[in-house]
Amino acid sequence: MLVTGPRTRAVRRPRYPVTREIDEQTGLGEAYMRSLIRTQLRLAAGLCLVLGAVAFGLPLLFEVFPAVREQEVLGAPLPWVLLGGLIYPWFVGVGWWYVRQAERNEDDFAELVDRSERSAAEER
Amino acid sequence: MSAAYGLAGVVLVVVATVLIGVLGVRISRTTSDFYVASRTVTPLRNASAIGGEYLSAASFLGIAGLILAYGADMLWLPVGWTGGYLVLLVLVSAPLRRSGAYTLPDFAEARLESMAVRRVASVLVVLISWLYLLPQFQSAGLVLRTVTGAPVWAGGVLIAVVVAVNVLVGGMRSVTLVQAFQYWMKLTALAVPLVFLLLAWRYDGAPGLSSDVPPRFDDRTTVSVGLAVTVNVTAPVQVVVDGRVDGRDHRSDPMVLAAGEHRIEADTDVTFPAGADVPHVRGSPVSTDRQWMLPLDGRDHSLYGTYSLILATFLGTMGLPHVLVRFYTNPDGRAARRTTVMVLSLLGAFYLLPALYGMLGRLYTPELLMTGRADAVVLTLPGRLIGGLGGDLLGALVTGGAVAAFLSTSSGITVSVAGVLAQDILRGGVRSFRAGTLLALVVPLALAITARSLAVADVVGLAFAVAASTFCPLLVLGVWWRRLTVPGAFAGLVAGGLLAGTAVIVTIAAGPPGGLAGALLAEPAAWTVPIAFTVMIVVSWCTPGRVPPGVARMMVRLHTPESLDVDRGTWRPRRV
Repeated sequence: MLVTGPRTRAVRRPRYPVTREIDEQTGLGEAYMRSLIRTQLRLAAGLCLVLGAVAFGLPLLFEVFPAVREQEVLGAPLPWVLLGGLIYPWFVGVGWWYVRQAERNEDDFAELVDRSERSAAEER
Repeated sequence: MSAAYGLAGVVLVVVATVLIGVLGVRISRTTSDFYVASRTVTPLRNASAIGGEYLSAASFLGIAGLILAYGADMLWLPVGWTGGYLVLLVLVSAPLRRSGAYTLPDFAEARLESMAVRRVASVLVVLISWLYLLPQFQSAGLVLRTVTGAPVWAGGVLIAVVVAVNVLVGGMRSVTLVQAFQYWMKLTALAVPLVFLLLAWRYDGAPGLSSDVPPRFDDRTTVSVGLAVTVNVTAPVQVVVDGRVDGRDHRSDPMVLAAGEHRIEADTDVTFPAGADVPHVRGSPVSTDRQWMLPLDGRDHSLYGTYSLILATFLGTMGLPHVLVRFYTNPDGRAARRTTVMVLSLLGAFYLLPALYGMLGRLYTPELLMTGRADAVVLTLPGRLIGGLGGDLLGALVTGGAVAAFLSTSSGITVSVAGVLAQDILRGGVRSFRAGTLLALVVPLALAITARSLAVADVVGLAFAVAASTFCPLLVLGVWWRRLTVPGAFAGLVAGGLLAGTAVIVTIAAGPPGGLAGALLAEPAAWTVPIAFTVMIVVSWCTPGRVPPGVARMMVRLHTPESLDVDRGTWRPRRV
């Protein structure tokens, strides 16, 4: 085998495929799983925070600033325009964005596992 | 509305449902396996089926009725029912599909490896389902009475019989095929009449709702009271009564209704002069049109009520028994997410409509505030605004849509609860499934006939509150938190179920008391959900030794994409 760089500076490659590390629940496998779950949880929690801010913020806004709820947009009161119309396309948009991000996280994870699998195969 | 057209609408939808159900059995018998077959279903059809099952009588009739009675605060109801799907998408959709669980008790068993938790989950599924079915049957009675004058119990019995026949003949398979059709049926039945109603409204000069007076009868109006009510009269008014008021018989006699409460018996006609204030049924708030248009005006504790409603609906959706089953028809976790987004679009499109019905109802059918039948606003408007043959046909369409709403939701819930009853409470097998089906229908039907009449969306709201206080913590912590323990999950389910269940029973049996206590009981989610989460987390912290041994493998199963070849464990849901 031809070594083209100093071995010490290279990333420590796992000796087995990561799927096997995950299956055998080794420390490394668990670390991979934890990082996946943490990434997905961060995405989900961030989104829930935004959703919560809107859902809990709007009534508060209407309560604290009565002028806001009496505001008229396109001939209808603002609360009706927001809650009766605009919030639905916003939900769908947020949903699509979430699906794309979550799938990207999964693709990244799969690629990470695959790449280490290939390099483990090369080393053997 | 003429009875013939309304009845035609009811019969048409019932016959179509039974036909598709029976036909569906034949189609699905040619495929080796229902689940394999369902995987060839396109996401749009799958999403339509989910939407069709989800949009119940509470969505079709109840929202418009509550908006008519309470105004802008109730706009949160459809928002929450849609937002609930967004929360479900973000927190649990893909992991739930990947778990392979078919019912909520399945998930509890798979994740916690405990039969005790599974049993508590089963009991909760049955209770939530009964709570969900009860108002469906009650409003079926209302619909059939409104269109044909049949006694109130008849509608509930009709729906229960049709659902029982469909489920018993075809089981799971026949029900699935009907749902997609029924989403589009419901959307059409609400959208098409609305176009004509809005045209009629414009033709009428597009009157608004910004005056500072409560609703009034614009013209001399005769109100037919079908079921006895107690109403509140704000100012003395000269009326003509044909029937029985305050215990006295009248034969088209003029009389003065003094300010205060009056008891109007069933089948009484009261004729009000033009310009009279509309008396409100006892317990319904009297608000001016301006207050009605604005959120947080008029009701006591409306900010608390709004927050509690938001919490119950956003978090309760994921815990409904008939929602999880539908995830199983997706091929994998990713498809489950994509389908859920499509469901969001379908629900969003549908929920744009009921608020407009509520607004038109405030303008043109204010007498529903007096008869206490605000739920009937969607059915009453076409005949009132359009009239003639067109009004009759549109009325028949709306009636058909309402029947579709009862049938699809009731079928979906019945199938899921019958499965749970058969598996976990009876002995299992096909005979238990049949017995479970009957049990699933008979109990709520009996309750619907004996309990006092309740606003459909209110009771469904309570079912959401119970789901949010029990299954939401179980699912969210189960999916994301490794340290959830068996005693923790058990204690959380029991605490949430007992607290929310007690609030529900008090509200339904006795009606909520006044003041803050009443608000806390009628909208319990704001305190029961945090308590359930806290109990589940704290008890888990205190019992670190009882973390299920297979949790690491389960986490792999829930979160890794299907493209990776990893060991996901061997757990499979049991089949009925």
